[in-house]
Amino acid sequence: MAAPVSGMAGSTSTGNATSFQKKPRRKLVSIPGTRPSVQNGQLLVSSGVSSLDYVIGGGLAVGTLLLVEEDRYDSYSHMLLRYFLAEGVVCGHELFLASARDHPDEIVQELPSPIVDDVAGMKISEGQSQPSDPENPDTMKIAWRYQNQPRYILFLSCSFSPLPVPYHALLKSIQTVIRKEGFDGSTPQSKVRNVLRLGLHSLGSVLWGDDVCCKDNPAHCHALTTFLYALRGLLRTSLSVAMVTVPSHLIQNRAVMGRIIRLSDTAIALESFRGSEKETNPLYKDYHGLLHVRQLPRLNCLSCEVPDTKDLAFKLKRKQFTIESRWFPSMAV
Amino acid sequence: MFPELNSILNSTPDSFKSSDFILVSDRRADASFLIHHYLSFYLRAGCKVCFLGLVQSFSHYSAVSQRLGVSLAQAREKGQLVFLEGLKDSVGVLLQEDTSQETQPLSYVRSPGAGLEGLFRFVECSMRQSGDGDAGESWGPPVLLIDDLSVLLSLGVSVGAILDFTLYCQATMCSELQGNMVILVRCEEEDADDVDEEGSNLLQRGLVHQCNLALHVEGLPTGYCRDIHGQMEVWWRQRGENIYNQRKIFHFKVHDKGASFFARGTSSAVL
Repeated sequence: MAAPVSGMAGSTSTGNATSFQKKPRRKLVSIPGTRPSVQNGQLLVSSGVSSLDYVIGGGLAVGTLLLVEEDRYDSYSHMLLRYFLAEGVVCGHELFLASARDHPDEIVQELPSPIVDDVAGMKISEGQSQPSDPENPDTMKIAWRYQNQPRYILFLSCSFSPLPVPYHALLKSIQTVIRKEGFDGSTPQSKVRNVLRLGLHSLGSVLWGDDVCCKDNPAHCHALTTFLYALRGLLRTSLSVAMVTVPSHLIQNRAVMGRIIRLSDTAIALESFRGSEKETNPLYKDYHGLLHVRQLPRLNCLSCEVPDTKDLAFKLKRKQFTIESRWFPSMAV
Repeated sequence: MFPELNSILNSTPDSFKSSDFILVSDRRADASFLIHHYLSFYLRAGCKVCFLGLVQSFSHYSAVSQRLGVSLAQAREKGQLVFLEGLKDSVGVLLQEDTSQETQPLSYVRSPGAGLEGLFRFVECSMRQSGDGDAGESWGPPVLLIDDLSVLLSLGVSVGAILDFTLYCQATMCSELQGNMVILVRCEEEDADDVDEEGSNLLQRGLVHQCNLALHVEGLPTGYCRDIHGQMEVWWRQRGENIYNQRKIFHFKVHDKGASFFARGTSSAVL
């Protein structure tokens, strides 16, 4: 992977008295949009919201799965998904987006544009929702919607699988993309390494053919958990990051929700105040909702990032999403 | 390996009980640090270890064990460690590409209703193959480590099938081969209204009656604390003729190279 740069072979010939030679520095292949973690050297990507990165330990580790429990009307979780994808566009990562409700092209049209900080005095554009034109259309992998798949794919994957057809087809599609584009390291050396961002919207909802959200004893109670297990296995073997949103407020069975959280690496839950009595509570007047960090991963190390506080709230001001400690908003989280 | 835990449990790599079934469980906490402890403990003791890594990749365990002073890659090469890469290989099995003999242990991914016989055969086969190394080295008593067993419930395997599997493993590993077994089970929150018929609580209760030593990890009952990561209850259970039934609770804190255990209320943050 890293080709060591040849050391200063000429140092002895310059007439230096010392025989010290500079250690050959290994040139690390750096992938755009990633940085190593301070804690354990993991490769991290940004989730698109800097305060969320801070809360989950610096960013999302490549090869892991972020689970977002949707708020009641899927407004803020949808926004987080769009921030995640927009960050991918800005960093030049490849995107894979799957949605059973909205057409992925529509989601892609409404990605927030980046906040530009220009010292020359230009007006700071606060990320208004304009249709974003990706500079290089080739960097966007096709958005996938299972209903538009040609029939023969559905036919091949039907029998003897514990997964219902939509999940099976989605998993197969993700695996194909990873293999074809070489995110699992099977490419020839000429291609530049890049990260694949997977955005999977509202898994577990009825639109995916799953009944875990609508029944107490669903027939497919293991479908979503099996899918997440297999997805994490795929992520571990490739340079990809996934953000999955799940309408957890619809899942009646708390045990299933507990399993879903344990099957992901990082898990957060959004609770919006809209429509609840907390909206008029003076304690929460500055905020739009609460953010719960359900789980933080322990990757390649014994201990994990332990947060200072668990009382976090978020607010959306002019399209900028910030997360703060509920009690001491002026102090760093 | 955590020295403080060794002194609590009164065992060292040089002298530990054999035919031991140790159950590690947690509720709303993460007890996987104890699995790392046992992995490095038994490798140091020179035992032949069969590790079923169902939730993390080999590189994760390898990186942690490196910090604890044990090299998993070397142990695997020498034949001391047999590692089942459950997480990464399950995708191929699920999408039905890999139907070769090698993926028989993971057949439960494809057909969860059929039970865990393939997995048991894998364990049995790797444990009976002792002394087959190139150097003819004979390892100590065999050890089976499972991380973690409750993920099988998420894949649709029934509690009965899992309990059958553990019973077979115990009969082979502990009774027949005089080896040890360490299993991690992650439990749900106890719900008073919901009688969990097919859940991890049922599995944990079934296993706790089979085991000799039960380590249960939970968060602090008083709430979240940055300096004390949780409490661990040690339950010494029946052992041969003697029935101990002794329980003790310790607080612990996990850090980069190990974990420290202390009696309740004696954390350095408090004193």
